[in-house]
Amino acid sequence: MFLQLIVSGIAIGSIYALVALAMVIIYKTSEVPNFAQGEMAMISTFIAFMLLDSYGQSFIVSFMGALAFAILLGVFLEFTFLRRAKDPNVLSLILITLGFEMMLYGAGSWKWGAEQQSFPFPVSDYDIVNLGPAVASHLNIATLLAALFLMLILALFFKYTKVGIAMKATQQNMVAARINGIRANRILSLTWAMSSFIGAVAGMMLAPITTLDPNLMMDPLLKGFAAAVLGGMTTLVGSALGGYILGIIETLFGGYVSLQFKSVVAFMIIVLVLCFKPSGLFAKHYVRRV
Amino acid sequence: MDIKRDYYEDIQLLDSKVLWVWFLMLIGGLLALPFLASNYYIYMANYMAINVLVTVGLNILVGYTGQISLGHAGFFAIGAFATVLFMGKLSFPFLVALIAGGVLSALFGFILGLPALRLEGPYLAIATLGFGMAITQLIGRWELFGGRMGIQAPPLRLLGLFSVSNDRGLYFVIIPIVFLLTMAARNLMKTKVGRAFIAIRDSDIAAETMGVNLVYYKTLAFAVSAFYTGIAGGLMAFMLGFINPSTFNFILSIYFLAFVIVGGLGTIFGSIMGGIVMTWLILMLDKIQDLPYLGEALMTVSERWMSVTGIHNVASIVFGLIIVLIVVFEPLGLYGFWIRTKIYWKTWPF
Repeated sequence: MFLQLIVSGIAIGSIYALVALAMVIIYKTSEVPNFAQGEMAMISTFIAFMLLDSYGQSFIVSFMGALAFAILLGVFLEFTFLRRAKDPNVLSLILITLGFEMMLYGAGSWKWGAEQQSFPFPVSDYDIVNLGPAVASHLNIATLLAALFLMLILALFFKYTKVGIAMKATQQNMVAARINGIRANRILSLTWAMSSFIGAVAGMMLAPITTLDPNLMMDPLLKGFAAAVLGGMTTLVGSALGGYILGIIETLFGGYVSLQFKSVVAFMIIVLVLCFKPSGLFAKHYVRRV
Repeated sequence: MDIKRDYYEDIQLLDSKVLWVWFLMLIGGLLALPFLASNYYIYMANYMAINVLVTVGLNILVGYTGQISLGHAGFFAIGAFATVLFMGKLSFPFLVALIAGGVLSALFGFILGLPALRLEGPYLAIATLGFGMAITQLIGRWELFGGRMGIQAPPLRLLGLFSVSNDRGLYFVIIPIVFLLTMAARNLMKTKVGRAFIAIRDSDIAAETMGVNLVYYKTLAFAVSAFYTGIAGGLMAFMLGFINPSTFNFILSIYFLAFVIVGGLGTIFGSIMGGIVMTWLILMLDKIQDLPYLGEALMTVSERWMSVTGIHNVASIVFGLIIVLIVVFEPLGLYGFWIRTKIYWKTWPF
């Protein structure tokens, strides 16, 4: 029982970790939590569904198409709206992402809101693998592998590529980065593209487990936030770990305490972490300049 | 125009004779409306009044105190369910139940204000977002609240005498309450408390240095804001007649924020404008397919590319776009626009 819950927790935690990562990538550069994250992923997932279902494309083509769309969507939002804001403060940035959230949610519901779909996926959720006393479905394992693969790619990207290092520089100090010849605006667009891409992967891994409708990412968005807050909004590794920790805690709570109130756990974690260690478990405490 | 010569001029509720004239005309207009307008417009007025109340409440928090909240649908829900349950299960009279609902909501606001003491900006947004979602989830899970199905508002009797059954009757309940509370908010902002809120908004550290008790005033701002929203929720329960938890979702919280942004941050007058204009917009967009030209065009688009049943979601797109455009191009909202127009015409034709 316990081991089984841990395995399920890790499986769902992978998705939370991906959402948290997507969130943190944007947060680190622009100091704004992207509330449109969930809807961006939702729309991309629906694009994959549309390519599969209405246009009869293969899985590979549809997934690639959806990921390409996600990248374009991220760049589009950053370039068209966010860049136009003159001298924005935190409140207005949050409001802009909330505006995106509503636009995308509206668009998604307008196009696909009528009925709940089931998302076909090449990896089944019913074939299982025995892991000693616990079992994991093929889909669980695929999700875990995809998440770990993306994290590895991200780690390599930030460590070894020039763009990755430029991105880190922009995150640390945008003015200094600009002085050193980094096109900070392009870096910002790129962070939105990456974040949207990662979110889309999370959405497509999540869709086969639940039903596909415009509310798909509403709940995972909050969980992703909780995970990011738990691990620390300023560390990529921390937020990914936060995702797994949250997944495990939540599943254990569901298994041992109350399945009914499982969804409140994320909120409790947010509040507790913010009260006792606002910077998160794995981040250094930040000091605000007055 | 408005040189303040002493303190009492500064704290006057209405600071010029012209304003008094407008004020009396407003009261007259509000009194005359139910005898002139058709039922639909009275329903519209009620809806607008409730939204004005929420906007004023949220503006006290966001505009005046500078604390963001994405969980006001939660307070709205608390007020609505509490009022209905106090009346239904405990058979309180209406006004007592409404105030009790508001106070309960304020209590939750106080509780949410406690973590808010240590949080700011994005972190606060996330915490309040979680709060709003958690409240709706909890209400949906408890049988006492009618579960997912929701709950029926009990018949409304005022002072045990008047039975209020239609929108016209409800008008005489909603409008005075909203009117009084809005005036109270305007008054509050001119007192010590209001100035403390504004000081916290401008710089909480500077405010603390000057002796503003942050713990007290931040939680107070949350409590007052939640009280207003709770009262509005209680009124909404009777206007709708039937409430279920899914009404009070995250999108509603964003709608509330949109009201505040469109009206203008940190002005009561702006909140009134924002509440009225945006409610009108919501009602227009509700029957978007009946609009001339635009409706037909949208129907064609829906049939070709989108889905016909989902056409009301255009409202979300329009709202999102309005939020983004206002923030980017006119951060002061309608109030800023109004001020600029006023200044422009003041010296006309020079």
